Amino acid sequence: MWMLENAFLIPLVPAISFVVILFFGKRFIGANRVHIVGITALGLVWVLSAVAAFQWTQRVENPSPDAIVEMATHGGDHGDDHDADHGDDHDADLAVVSTDHSGGEHGGGHSSPLIGPVISTFSQWWSNGGIEFAVGTLVDGLTVLLLIVVASISLLVHIYSTEYVKDDRRYVHYYAFLSLFTAAMLFFVMAQNIVQLIVGWELVGVCSFVLIGHWWEEKPNTDAALKAFLTNRVGDIGLLVGMIVLWGTFQTFDIDAINTLISADPGAHHLALLVAACCLMAAVASKSGQFPLHTWLPDAMAGPTPVSALIHAATMVVAGVYMIARLYPVFYEGLSIGTSSINLMAFIGGFTALIGAGLAFAQWDIKKVLAYSTVSQLGYMVMALGVGAWTAAIFHLFTHAFFKACLFLGAGSVSHAAHHTFDMRKMGGLKKAMPHTYRTFVIASLALAGIFPFAGFWSKDEILLGSLVGQKNSYPLMLIFGCAVAFMTAAYMTRVIWYTFHGEFRGHGQPHESPKMMTVPLWILAGMAVLGGVFNLPGPVLEPFGLEGLAHRIQTYAEPSVYLSGLGISHPDPSLNMALVGLALAVSGILVTYLYYWRRIGLHGLTERNSYAKNGYTFLENKYYLDHLYNDVIVKTVKRPIANWANRVNQNVLDRAVDKAGETARDTGRWIYKWVDQGVIDGSVNAAARGADSSGEGLRVIQSGKVQNYGQLLFGSAAVLAIVFVIVV
Amino acid sequence: MLLNQFLILGALLFSVGVYGVLARRNGVMVLMSIELMLNAVNINLVVFGVQHGVVSGQVFALFVIAVAAAEVGVGLAIVLLLYRNRTSIDVEDFDLMRG
Repeated sequence: MWMLENAFLIPLVPAISFVVILFFGKRFIGANRVHIVGITALGLVWVLSAVAAFQWTQRVENPSPDAIVEMATHGGDHGDDHDADHGDDHDADLAVVSTDHSGGEHGGGHSSPLIGPVISTFSQWWSNGGIEFAVGTLVDGLTVLLLIVVASISLLVHIYSTEYVKDDRRYVHYYAFLSLFTAAMLFFVMAQNIVQLIVGWELVGVCSFVLIGHWWEEKPNTDAALKAFLTNRVGDIGLLVGMIVLWGTFQTFDIDAINTLISADPGAHHLALLVAACCLMAAVASKSGQFPLHTWLPDAMAGPTPVSALIHAATMVVAGVYMIARLYPVFYEGLSIGTSSINLMAFIGGFTALIGAGLAFAQWDIKKVLAYSTVSQLGYMVMALGVGAWTAAIFHLFTHAFFKACLFLGAGSVSHAAHHTFDMRKMGGLKKAMPHTYRTFVIASLALAGIFPFAGFWSKDEILLGSLVGQKNSYPLMLIFGCAVAFMTAAYMTRVIWYTFHGEFRGHGQPHESPKMMTVPLWILAGMAVLGGVFNLPGPVLEPFGLEGLAHRIQTYAEPSVYLSGLGISHPDPSLNMALVGLALAVSGILVTYLYYWRRIGLHGLTERNSYAKNGYTFLENKYYLDHLYNDVIVKTVKRPIANWANRVNQNVLDRAVDKAGETARDTGRWIYKWVDQGVIDGSVNAAARGADSSGEGLRVIQSGKVQNYGQLLFGSAAVLAIVFVIVV
Repeated sequence: MLLNQFLILGALLFSVGVYGVLARRNGVMVLMSIELMLNAVNINLVVFGVQHGVVSGQVFALFVIAVAAAEVGVGLAIVLLLYRNRTSIDVEDFDLMRG
């Protein structure tokens, strides 16, 4: 299990690659060859991640006695095969944690052993006021799943980018920041404590900002970068407050300790967890594009398309989903997911999924359609977590990463061919010119729409099933949202395919297929879009083939049952009916759109004829006026009073304080001048001079200059002394 | 022994000299008064030498006479130069060092 304990190597590789590319790229490697460094590093990362994933599966399949949590030394296998890096104190820490584990009341009805995460604490980072900040890694199934996703997509995006941003003026910076982003994301997913979580969270945010504004010469791009960054700052406040509340409640930053403490005693600290969960939801809303802070994500499409695929579709935006999954006991207990039939997280997720899907219909920019689709799918994941379907959410995260990256890279390929436009009104009929792009795009769209047997079908089905069954109660509203979104997703993706690949070509020039460096990653991702579902197939599907042992692999490997079992989370039994309903919705979505565009059936021109429909369309086109609400209403109404208030504070408090200080200093100076300088010092000097003057004035009488006078004095005094001498002696 | 008489004579002579030095305005007279004072001292030296039966008192007196001769030479030269410069030998006129 060497790789799991030394997982820090995985983010270290792209971090080194970042430094090498940024500082030595141009001079020593050559500006147009820096991608070699990036791709090599990512290849290494991918191999290391794969090794880590393999070792994790080994750990779950054949748990060594110390990997099982009920035993007294969970995860403490450092002693036998590897002990140099971690001191004894670390083992002592683990022993304390393990005691808490075994004190918990989990294991009720759980037959399979609970596999603890591999925690490696390397050193104290710093300590302040008696609080110790550690740095280390926490590796479990969720982490290695994210490692694989990030490494795979980042590697493919690196390869794809060699063509897409070829001859870009900031080629070196582009690759440097791709590396930095990868390092930050990998660091984030293996954070051992919530402080590291915050650091990774902010690092990926910065990389997102830099890469959105990659072409900063154009104002909209810098605006989009700033919007993304500032919107994320809004959520970051929630992140900080939430983390502080968690610390205040548990007196520890350790993720493992927090999760263990909650699952050991689920009823305790309900109010604190509620506050923490609500604050963290704000962070999730900003990072993962949830309503009402999703507005930055479509604008983030100003960045290069591979960046959109990597950061704004597959990896960074799932950071919020990952954080919920990582700290799931906090949310599960705080929002009472197990016992309610609607809660904040489920509602925000479901609502986001719905409005995102709605907006995808009114966009002409292919990337914006995909961006709203991402918003919608992220909503799906959050909703799944909100209804207690942890595995379904992570499964969907996994499959979505691949097919959405495929769609984005496909859109990039289209734009590469169609003279760098993303406007679908200038596309059309590209099916013949770009066969590879067309096929992969259709495959990924079918996966996104949830058509059997593509990856999205399995994960979406699990989410719908999770909403239907719920935990104690079902989540009916979430089920309705989910079904509506399933229908809408299929419909808007069909619309995109119609406008982009079918009909007449509406652009100018001769579209052509993209080079191999772009189509090969597309095919790999399309392959994952087809096969991604096999990683968590339900048991009944596999039974006819005698492969029941391979069912629910993600649930088996990725789910941190050591934390979740104490909460009593149940898994719904697979339901054929639910799967059929979901499939029927998706197929009908495709069918309706197909009839509308290909067969010209339906209410064409409705938006021109019917004022209600027109208003509705305008409402969608303006993105529910959320941007207007933020910029014109909230920002304007808040900006003016804040500015006035700040001005008043500046004038009355700060300036007055400065003025007062100045005046006081001036008065003190005057007083000192008058009394000390003039009075004491000059006075004494003058008095000395005056004394010398007057004494000299008195003595000058004697100094007559006449020798005889001096003689008189001399002899007079001698006579006096003589007389005194005579009298005394 | 006529010691007292000689000492009184010396004292009187010294006092006359002092008076001359302090009161006379003529520079030459001042110099002469100094000679009186020196000779008063000479009387004392001789008398004490006789009193003690040694000759060193008289030897000292001879030394003093020799030094006095040199002194009056310098003094008269100064008076002569003063006269040349200021056409006066009145010591009251020479008060350039007055404060």
